Amino acid sequence: MKFFDLYRKDRWPHMFCPGCGIGTIMNAFYYAIAESGLSQDKAVFVAGIGCSGRIPGYIRGDSLHTTHGRPLSFASGIKLADPSLKVIVFSGDGDLGAIGGNHFINACRRNIDLTVICINNYNYGMTGGQVSTTTPAHFKTSTTPSGNKEYPFDLSEIAVAAGANYVARWTTYHVKSLIRSIKKALLKDGFSFVEVVSQCPVHFGRRNKMTAPTRLLNWIKENSIPRAKIKQITDDTLDLNVQGKISIGEFIERNRIAYTKLIGVCK
Amino acid sequence: MKIIEPGTYFMQGDEACVEGAIYAGCRFFAGYPITPATEITERCALRMKEVDGVAIQMEDEIASIGAIIGASWTGTKSMTATSGPGFSLMQENLGYACMTETPIVIVDVQRGGPSTGQPTRASQGDVMQSRWGSHGDYEIIALAPNSVQEMFDLTIEAFNLAETYRVPVIILSDADIGHMRGTFTVSDNIKIVTRKYHTKPVKYNAYAYDENLVPRFPKFGQGHRVHITGLTHDISGYPKTTFPAIHQVLITRLVDKIRKNEQNICRVEIINPRAEYLVVAYGSPSNSVYELAEKNKNIGLFRPITVWPFPEGLFRKRLKGVKKCLVLEMNMGQLFWDIERTALKSGCRNTELFTKLGGDVHEPDEIVKELGL
Repeated sequence: MKFFDLYRKDRWPHMFCPGCGIGTIMNAFYYAIAESGLSQDKAVFVAGIGCSGRIPGYIRGDSLHTTHGRPLSFASGIKLADPSLKVIVFSGDGDLGAIGGNHFINACRRNIDLTVICINNYNYGMTGGQVSTTTPAHFKTSTTPSGNKEYPFDLSEIAVAAGANYVARWTTYHVKSLIRSIKKALLKDGFSFVEVVSQCPVHFGRRNKMTAPTRLLNWIKENSIPRAKIKQITDDTLDLNVQGKISIGEFIERNRIAYTKLIGVCK
Repeated sequence: MKIIEPGTYFMQGDEACVEGAIYAGCRFFAGYPITPATEITERCALRMKEVDGVAIQMEDEIASIGAIIGASWTGTKSMTATSGPGFSLMQENLGYACMTETPIVIVDVQRGGPSTGQPTRASQGDVMQSRWGSHGDYEIIALAPNSVQEMFDLTIEAFNLAETYRVPVIILSDADIGHMRGTFTVSDNIKIVTRKYHTKPVKYNAYAYDENLVPRFPKFGQGHRVHITGLTHDISGYPKTTFPAIHQVLITRLVDKIRKNEQNICRVEIINPRAEYLVVAYGSPSNSVYELAEKNKNIGLFRPITVWPFPEGLFRKRLKGVKKCLVLEMNMGQLFWDIERTALKSGCRNTELFTKLGGDVHEPDEIVKELGL
């Protein structure tokens, strides 16, 4: 698969906002899949609803833009019915953490051969910047004008606890590591999950005094520390909270036999 | 056992449905346990393996219908089974299947509602839900079996219709028919429809269609590189959400491909075609009429086997010379409104509804009384 073959050029210009992190993530994905040696016509790109949901529409391959929160259900059906296909899911923090939370934990547990790339931009970008399940505590969004009084989900830690075979979290700043992890995830048997913390300057940044994309990206960079280090800190407000940090790195690599193998549809 | 062979069998309605599905070529099933449809999920778990298919129990009904839509895009005939509460959860993805023109079959073994209602008792409470349950404008096909035989036959027909028109087809069964044990015959002459695929990669225009309004299917993994979305799209398949004309063309076609084929889709059963007293019934309640019609040739039965689209043309034809129409339903009147509307158009002013709720059946004596005979 060649890098530029993956662009669905007839759909340009794309609809993402200036400064959005999705462009970086798509580039990293193109690099990773081009290096992975997978066949373009034997891959299916699935997504739910939201900004992340629009990604498969810009990839030149069979792509399914499904309903909100449900891409993992559709993806599971595709993989089980035709195991020769490589099924890749793009999703967001709203799609996976909120409306599709049940599908997310069960997909991790079930361990079907799926690669999920989750773009976590801390808010609902498509609808104008509402609070999401990953919005750090006390940050402002359009539905939490006095600051978010809920504590956020840590999607990667959930994936680890729920039984995914591979889990990694990077940010749009850590591009080289992100490419490595996506490639690894693509080639991994079973359920693989790569979360990317990404900047949404237009909504999340604007309401939190980080309107300039570079400023928001810098904030993400400065607050990222390796997961191994974070384990040593015992702070009640840790992990993606305002006083906390964004833990990054490869979270887990297991070799549980994939569901598709266990039921005999994959060799 | 691989695929069921010609012969006579004794089974439960739910089990006969699974045999019909496998006969029709269904090789993917996803479901979630719910009374009175659980037996379908259980039998699929047992039988799909034997025919190299896949059956999976998902985490809920939303995931179940999502999985079968995904499976269908690989060119695999797919089915799910549920009852009212689960069917309610499926409605959003049902609309997605209509919008993306994905052939799937949904078995709804109806029980008493609303809400958790009566899990083990039959009802016909989902008739309107099956027609109007999802948001927006669309047309759908729903079939109502009234016997174990029809649980087998109509499941095959449901797949044939889904493949022909690229539309979700609903089997509106109920707890009585699903749990009924009885005999059914598998003939050696059953027609199976296979999906029409694109033979060459489409590259562009995933939804190009001809005069029959049904596009060929670009299944995944063949180099078509299609983009499939629930957003309003033109024939390229790409989202075009702000142009009124594109939405109008798309929705009109989705509706017309069913409406304009009403004659080819709709099937009814008519007994005593010249009777002046006409009982209109479908599914379970229709079984109360056969004996009556046998004894009294002036009592007729009009049974829509296809509930949606409503077989208006066939019903109007049958209404000639009818003095009274009695509609039997296990709900507070759902198909009744279409029946009465059609009757009024045809000049029959005497249409009454005879409701039974709670899983009770319409007794033949009561039907005679309601007819005023």
